[in-house]
Amino acid sequence: MNLTLKVWRQAHENDTGRIETYEAKDIPESASFLEMLDIVNTGIINDGGEPIHFDHDCREGICGMCSLTINGVPHSREQGITTCQVHMRKFRDGDTIWIEPFRARAFPIVKDLVVDRGAFDRIIASGGHIGVRTGSAPDANSVPIPKDDADDSFDSAACIGCGACVAACKNASAMLFVGAKANHLNRLPQGKPEKDKRVLAMVHQMDAEGFGNCTNQYECEAVCPKEISADVIAKLNRDYAAAVVRDAVE
Amino acid sequence: MASNGSLDSAIPEGPLSEKWTSYKANAKLINPANKRKYSIIVVGSGLAGGSAAATLSELGYKVKCFCYQDSPRRAHSIAAQGGINAAKNYQNDGDSVWRLFYDTIKGGDFRSREANVHRLAEVSVNIIDQCVAQGVPFAREYGGLLDNRSFGGAQVSRTFYARGQTGQQLLIGAYQALEKEIDKGGVEMFTRTEMLDLVTVDGHAKGIVTRDLKTGEVESHAADCVLLATGGYGNVFFLSTNAMGCNVMAAFRAHKRGAYMANPCFTQIHPTCIPVSGDYQSKLTLMSESLRNDGRIWVPKSAETAKKIREGQLAAKDVAEEDRDYYLERKYPSFGNLAPRDISSRSAKEVCDEGRGVATTGLGVFLDFSDAINRLGEDTIRARYGNLFQMYEKITGDNPYQTPMKIYPAVHYTMGGLWVDYNLQSNIDGLHVLGEANFSDHGANRLGASALMQGLADGYFVIPATLPNYLVKEKPGSVTTDAPEFAQAEKEAKERIEKLMSIQGTKSVDEFHRELGLLVWDKCGMSRTKEGLEEALKRIPEIRKEFWENVRIPGTAEGMNMELEKAGRVADFIDFAEVMCHDALDREESCGGHFRAEYQFTAEDEAVKTGHTGEGEAKRRDDEFCYVSAWEYTGPGEKPILHKEELNYEEVELSVRSYK
Repeated sequence: MNLTLKVWRQAHENDTGRIETYEAKDIPESASFLEMLDIVNTGIINDGGEPIHFDHDCREGICGMCSLTINGVPHSREQGITTCQVHMRKFRDGDTIWIEPFRARAFPIVKDLVVDRGAFDRIIASGGHIGVRTGSAPDANSVPIPKDDADDSFDSAACIGCGACVAACKNASAMLFVGAKANHLNRLPQGKPEKDKRVLAMVHQMDAEGFGNCTNQYECEAVCPKEISADVIAKLNRDYAAAVVRDAVE
Repeated sequence: MASNGSLDSAIPEGPLSEKWTSYKANAKLINPANKRKYSIIVVGSGLAGGSAAATLSELGYKVKCFCYQDSPRRAHSIAAQGGINAAKNYQNDGDSVWRLFYDTIKGGDFRSREANVHRLAEVSVNIIDQCVAQGVPFAREYGGLLDNRSFGGAQVSRTFYARGQTGQQLLIGAYQALEKEIDKGGVEMFTRTEMLDLVTVDGHAKGIVTRDLKTGEVESHAADCVLLATGGYGNVFFLSTNAMGCNVMAAFRAHKRGAYMANPCFTQIHPTCIPVSGDYQSKLTLMSESLRNDGRIWVPKSAETAKKIREGQLAAKDVAEEDRDYYLERKYPSFGNLAPRDISSRSAKEVCDEGRGVATTGLGVFLDFSDAINRLGEDTIRARYGNLFQMYEKITGDNPYQTPMKIYPAVHYTMGGLWVDYNLQSNIDGLHVLGEANFSDHGANRLGASALMQGLADGYFVIPATLPNYLVKEKPGSVTTDAPEFAQAEKEAKERIEKLMSIQGTKSVDEFHRELGLLVWDKCGMSRTKEGLEEALKRIPEIRKEFWENVRIPGTAEGMNMELEKAGRVADFIDFAEVMCHDALDREESCGGHFRAEYQFTAEDEAVKTGHTGEGEAKRRDDEFCYVSAWEYTGPGEKPILHKEELNYEEVELSVRSYK
């Protein structure tokens, strides 16, 4: 199949950036979207140009590295998958495809389609963990956890930290990401002791990084490759409110 | 160390089951007030590196951790699906530390070091405790306790799992522990940073040279010791299930600085991957081995039927039962579709070589769930494998509920790696190697659900106990980046980059990588011969020569340049491939993942006559090859020098592996 690509090119963080047009010729239908870009890049290199830079690593939908906005939607219109899992059979011969980075003030562009998502790491560092020293853990079966709680926690733990939720949100809010981490840990008995501290710290860090607030549009949920429910945002709000009150009273 | 001299594996004295306990009791300790004076470099942030960096920081050391990805949470440990073994015996089905130890030794085809493997089995139980405390959401039963499953042919249920995302959940646990320490200031994290060289001062590993992948800047970092946890070298084959960025650079740089490369020919080919579909293909995708619990593997009995299927004239479901060959069930009645990875992979290759493969390329076999769906219902199968079936359909466009999956083996894990002793220290003082990057625990073949176990064992429990043995002898902070060795290593690294950028040839990096990958897959893949390996050793120098004369790297060395990153890695893969082929050539036996066609059981062998094993099975030669081969680098294109570590089995009796 033959396609026209409209691709965001930006040499470095302070470059203004622009859309450039490329023809993608003879692309096999069974190729993945990123393999299509590989083919285009080989052509660009052979013509003496600089290949389109994009982040990718595992190419099987789990590492969270790939991060393209395809035709205006992070990870494409197809639900529940990452960019690397998009396959060309979903497009039609002759299509024009717009490819842009995950855009957000808190995700500065490094080059072309590559962005810096270090803000997510800093949010996790601020409180997205359980403070257990190696070696001090009790026997794994000493605390039974009801299966429903474990499953609820697991649904949130499936987050791969890709940032699509932020890129999809008109406010560039990270509430789905933060809510998922809070719910993953807060629902488990192991995570209870630090629950308030965790929620306050992560929300504080989220604000400091320049992420916007949630205005309940749920674009985040729609693009999440792991289909994490926006319910975690409500739970985060509840946990946060309770933590603020307890913090004020105590 | 003199050539062919024996390597000191530093195995503690005493009975096998007491070695680790007595080691810890007698290990050196560092005063808590002094720990913060020691600095440690950890390269890699996967399960081994991430857990080591976090734990060492908790203990009070100053840690610098490096990864090439944009976040430590993305290391390729994340892709492991199946599970993690531990000798908890929560199922009361007869598991024990001894049994896990024995299964691992036997699975490794008796080419791993007894003492290391026993320690691994011992600490496996602590890993599960640690991970649960961190909030890793392992699968649970309705009673609230942890669930287990049998995995990869084990006769007991000792595998802990987290849906199909065990690696991800364990890595998030380690990553969060690491971030916690970063927040406290114990760990300084360097993302998007690649190690270009190891710096040794007076024979001790005291630092590294790195390149910042965002700015292109080449920098030096000094420390009191260096830990490499940089994963395996599967991408030498170009197509593998490894992530695109996985590379051998750090390990190979250390090798060039004197660290021995051990057993590089031991590579694992995973039996259940999605077959190659075209030459544009960038990587292969693994389908969890757990699928073999319910899926039946088959090809048509006749090559003509297979041809019709390949050409689309016949559907799998229209092949009559009596025309199907469930070859694993036929050859290995007691293990059937759960036969170990090396055996399953080789059997798939055999039937495809006979012209009975079913994918369009001829390289594929069926993994059929129709019996399981009839027996258990589609809902049960969906509950067990739903996400895997969905992933398969996304990639291939086929619906596995209706038509059998097609699978083919692919390179998945590498058992070989840098040589380490019992302390996980390489033959260079101060250089320690953890996880897949070292060689020690899996012998010639790794059992399913053991990679996660080893990575975390090394990082959480082994290195924190063994590292003080080295550090206590060192004055903290005695070497800084002012040492002339750093300036020299930096200069060499920069010259190499300049050289790469100056070539401006006509072939892209990927073209060289693909060419190398096809060659080693063909000659040093699932089946190897003397002739083929000698041919590969003739071809690799030609590829290297052309690479250094004709590779084309666009852009500049300043700022981000992913082609330059790839070029540096492929250059090392080319050199590494030579060591791997030398090793495969030297090892004139078949064992585990290393199958030399010249060495297989024939009808004449006693073990075949008695029915213990079958014709065509891998034939070990314990009298001559019961050793670890550790290769010393001697110069570009030169044959490395072989050092042997004899493997002494104190407790285990070497036997012919039988899965009949």
